[in-house]
Amino acid sequence: MTASDVSSTAALAEMRDLIGKEQYHEVGEFPVERSYVWTSCASVENGNPLYWDESVAQELTGGPVAPPSMVSVWFRPHHWAPGRTQEALPLQVHFDLKAALGLPEAVMTDNTIEFHTPVRMGDVLQTHQVLRSVSEEKTTKLGTGRFWVIDVVYANQDGELVAVESYTGFGYRRGEASAS
Amino acid sequence: MSTTVLPQLQLDDVTVGESLPALHYEVTATTVVLGALATRDWRPMHHDKDFAVERNGTQDIFLNTPNQAAWFERYLTDWTGPHGRLARVTFRMKGSVFPGDTMSLTGVVDSTSVDDVGCGFVTVEVTLSVDRDVKTTCAARIALPLNADDNPWARRGDQWRPSP
Repeated sequence: MTASDVSSTAALAEMRDLIGKEQYHEVGEFPVERSYVWTSCASVENGNPLYWDESVAQELTGGPVAPPSMVSVWFRPHHWAPGRTQEALPLQVHFDLKAALGLPEAVMTDNTIEFHTPVRMGDVLQTHQVLRSVSEEKTTKLGTGRFWVIDVVYANQDGELVAVESYTGFGYRRGEASAS
Repeated sequence: MSTTVLPQLQLDDVTVGESLPALHYEVTATTVVLGALATRDWRPMHHDKDFAVERNGTQDIFLNTPNQAAWFERYLTDWTGPHGRLARVTFRMKGSVFPGDTMSLTGVVDSTSVDDVGCGFVTVEVTLSVDRDVKTTCAARIALPLNADDNPWARRGDQWRPSP
């Protein structure tokens, strides 16, 4: 099997031209809010008093902060918004790669997050995405496709770096592993 | 600054090679869906079993990555208490976690250090497994106070270095 069986050479070159370029500068649709912090904590039964006890938050962090691991949540849009005509997808570069390379399925395999300035209630975060790499064709137990690495850089409204998240995705077609 | 909230764990309480208390949790469809909604991840393989089976080829819906990050954070800060400040985490997904699984989080301290600006750190290798089958690993670096008056959250600018 050649690379062109899975994705066209031109599409691959076009995607690789984007490596290192800042894409999809976005400002969060809504400010960071405490209710969603509690939704997150409840989903994993996180009782850290930093998120539940006002006096602990005041003393340690000068007021409520969001759990660091929630950073990407603030950019995932609500499922619907008035006037929105297109489905908004987080991590758009990932979906661009799937579409351009003709790989209908995808999973995330690795995720690194480095945390900087804490996220506070009322913050309106901004972000951009940077494609770091696209692999040669690989076959795994899921199918045949390509791995890619995407960085998502987050800052607050004052331009302070909040986090850098790095995702490794695998886009693939099912079933080709067993056929080869 | 003197604090009245005493640290639950300080750097010198920690020994390289020590194990963190294990956490066992029975995952249900509700766990998976709650986690997906809490992270605003509307992709159907995290709430629609038919889609997960037919399109993803998995046995059921499965925990999404951002929610697993929240599980790892909770596991680590259960141990450190509120003074523990996450600096960096690296997850590696090896398999999926499905409803009906009992997931176990275990952790081993890999290193302790004090950086050039006097911030204490531990690195912990955390494993999420089901029936001893490793599903996700998390290499975490987390700041701990050096003493009862220290607070890693007070660090700003170049006094906070999340990567060594």
